[in-house]
Amino acid sequence: MSPLTHSPAPGAAPMSRMVASHAVMETRLLLRNGEQVLLAVVIPVLVLLGGAEAGNVIDLGSGRRIDVLTPGVMALAVMSTAFTSLAIATAFERRYGVLKLLGASPLPRTGLLLGKVGSLLAVEACQLALIALVGIALGWRPAGGLGGTLGAGLLLLLGTAAFAGLGLLMAGTLRAEATLAAANLVYVVLLAAGAVVLPVSAYPKAMEVVLAVLPSGALAQGLRDVTSGAGLDRTAVVVLTVWAVAAAALTARTFRWD
Amino acid sequence: MEVVDLVKRYGAKTAVDGLSLTVETGSITAILGPNGAGKSTTLEICEGYRRADGGRVRVLGRDPIADRRELAPRVGVMLQAGGAWSAAHADEMLRYVASLYAHPLPVRALMERLGLGSCGRTPYRRLSGGEQQRLGLAMAVVGRPELVFLDEPTAGLDPQSRRSTWELVEQLVADGVTVVLTTHYLEEAERLASWVHVIDRGRLLTSGTPHQLTSAGAKGTLSFRARPGLALDGLARGLPKGYLVETEPPGCYRILGAMTPQILAAVTAWCADLGVMPEGLAVERHSLEDVFLELTGRELRA
Ligand SMILES: Nc1ncnc2c1ncn2[C@@H]1O[C@H](COP(=O)(O)OP(=O)(O)OP(=O)(O)O)[C@@H](O)[C@H]1O
Ligand SMILES: [Mg+2]
Repeated sequence: MSPLTHSPAPGAAPMSRMVASHAVMETRLLLRNGEQVLLAVVIPVLVLLGGAEAGNVIDLGSGRRIDVLTPGVMALAVMSTAFTSLAIATAFERRYGVLKLLGASPLPRTGLLLGKVGSLLAVEACQLALIALVGIALGWRPAGGLGGTLGAGLLLLLGTAAFAGLGLLMAGTLRAEATLAAANLVYVVLLAAGAVVLPVSAYPKAMEVVLAVLPSGALAQGLRDVTSGAGLDRTAVVVLTVWAVAAAALTARTFRWD
Repeated sequence: MEVVDLVKRYGAKTAVDGLSLTVETGSITAILGPNGAGKSTTLEICEGYRRADGGRVRVLGRDPIADRRELAPRVGVMLQAGGAWSAAHADEMLRYVASLYAHPLPVRALMERLGLGSCGRTPYRRLSGGEQQRLGLAMAVVGRPELVFLDEPTAGLDPQSRRSTWELVEQLVADGVTVVLTTHYLEEAERLASWVHVIDRGRLLTSGTPHQLTSAGAKGTLSFRARPGLALDGLARGLPKGYLVETEPPGCYRILGAMTPQILAAVTAWCADLGVMPEGLAVERHSLEDVFLELTGRELRA
């Protein structure tokens, strides 16, 4: 009656195809979600435009405003995608049994993780390109040459790893609703008090150390330094690496799949 | 597939308590049992989701957890609920799952087959319960597995959908796939399964073909109508020990016990002696449902 035959022909697709397919699927789902797009693109661009236009209402310290703002907004974009979006999406995958079903599929956990990383990097690449273009249009002139660009790339990767580790830690331990609330809250708190968009110098002196060891402060300040020609801040590299390793280790121990 | 002395505890609660059962390759095996009997838990251990606290499980001759990588492409799984991104479109979801396998079934044809042809662009969360259920079945079989575990594949389906699910399951087995399913529907087990395991409180109560189970003890009912008030002592003398005669409501006669041609002959001989014609004479063997209720108790347990 039907041309469909179910005669067994088991076999996993090649790992590269599974990972690519997963990355594409997650990216499509993210782009379909209005709130996530708002978080990923609209808010960073608005902060960039608003901050540049805000004149002297907000003190960004010394240096040209746009040169201070653009790297900070890049850090914000990384935080929104690698932390908030990833945490929320993963928490709901857990809640709706997607992770459970995939646990019985040929996609191994490493493949799942690689797929997520692929999606994350693709989205971040688009965000960063857009922010860079808007920044340049507003007069951003990054200094530091090739070394500065490579340094920024390293910081962005480490920052992504640190925030993604923290996002997964949250998604694997809290309920989906709690993750939704907490991931957004952390985003807002870090945006306001984590030296993301505002430079460390805009905060009280007493907070300097705390801000330097926060992943948000380390990433954003590191990016501001390296794109202003001040060189790569080793402390920021170390701080982000420690966060990334610690979050990954904790996540591996605590992550609940269902 | 083989399960021996399986034990699974959740804290102080023992969900599976020394369960042993086997599944023959190329057959449909149904696991029947009331809510909370341990059906899903047993399947989840076979699927490699949960670690058993005792006993031994072999799936396709392998260990579900240690040999997960090898088993994953060979075993299809349909969860009791969920398993899809809520925003994913039905066809997108199935295409994604298909992309994880080397030789998947054609997605379009499979969707048509399960009556999901018109739901392709619908997000998973907007599918009706039955459509979600059928998509779950499609996701379990799209990778062309050797063995599929279906946890309540027809729960909440309308009669048409149930039929199309049954047909798909029968097709699977005809094509050489082994199917293990759980169900609360006795007619479903009776119609589909070549082997039935009845479990309750984590223990195996009985196993057999649906026919063996329904004829075990050959319990049945013989009923007929005749004028009320017939003297029953003659009938009781004609029947072996252990048979029950009911006359409720008056004029309706029911004989309960193992039904054999000899019993039928004894009843009709008694009627002939009294000169009455038994109207609407019927012999019914107990259905699997009666067997099930008898085994698991008729009352709903707290
Ligand atoms: N994760 C868990 N933690 C604690 N108890 C659990 C857990 N999962 C199941 N149980 C308990 O184990 C028992 C068996 O559950 P299981 O889901 O296997 O039953 P079932 O036979 O599939 O029931 P149903 O027909 O309702 O689906 C139930 O009493 C249930 O409450
Ligand atoms: Mg169940």
